[in-house]
Amino acid sequence: MPLLSTKIQADVRKALEEMAGPVKLVMFTQAAQALECEMCAETRALVEEIAALAPAGKLNVEVKDFVADTAAVEAYQVDKIPAIALVGAKDYGIRFYGIPAGYEFSSLMDDIVTVSKGESVLAPATKAAVAKLNQPVHIQVYTTPT
Amino acid sequence: MLAHRLAMESDWIRADMVEATEFPHLANKYQVFGVPRTIINETIQIEGAVPEPMLVNELLKVLDGQA
Repeated sequence: MPLLSTKIQADVRKALEEMAGPVKLVMFTQAAQALECEMCAETRALVEEIAALAPAGKLNVEVKDFVADTAAVEAYQVDKIPAIALVGAKDYGIRFYGIPAGYEFSSLMDDIVTVSKGESVLAPATKAAVAKLNQPVHIQVYTTPT
Repeated sequence: MLAHRLAMESDWIRADMVEATEFPHLANKYQVFGVPRTIINETIQIEGAVPEPMLVNELLKVLDGQA
């Protein structure tokens, strides 16, 4: 049974029509011992449902095992699951941790389209300020599904 | 999400959106009571929605060695 209602599927399909280039969703889950990751199976199902609603070939899913695929875990700097790395022309360091429900869901849709276009759409003053950075910055935004 | 767009703009920035209820130990660690809560380099913490210029100001504190 699909996770997304017919109405939401239509909304997602419409939103993803705006995609320009291809985007990859690299999903980190835990296949064996699924009890350890409560939302992993649902997150994976959701990601696959979303990808199926995108224009053909535009949104691809890769599934990695958090325990077995150590090289990928290190390359994508993933430290907890479920995790989704949103990769466009390159890996910009965009991650979603936990099932993307509620507010996270609309952020995911927006981000997929933004990443597919390869342009941050930030104000010129913001871009100028960000260009001054010379050391790593890790931003975490905590949200809830409501 | 703004933080993700910042990550697109700079190779120095990486940004996570984290669903707090699934990671209660982290919600505890960062004292997440109201959302959204933004944490920068484990030190700067901002409660609530953050407008773009404000988030940029906070990011520049990293340059100043404040985070």
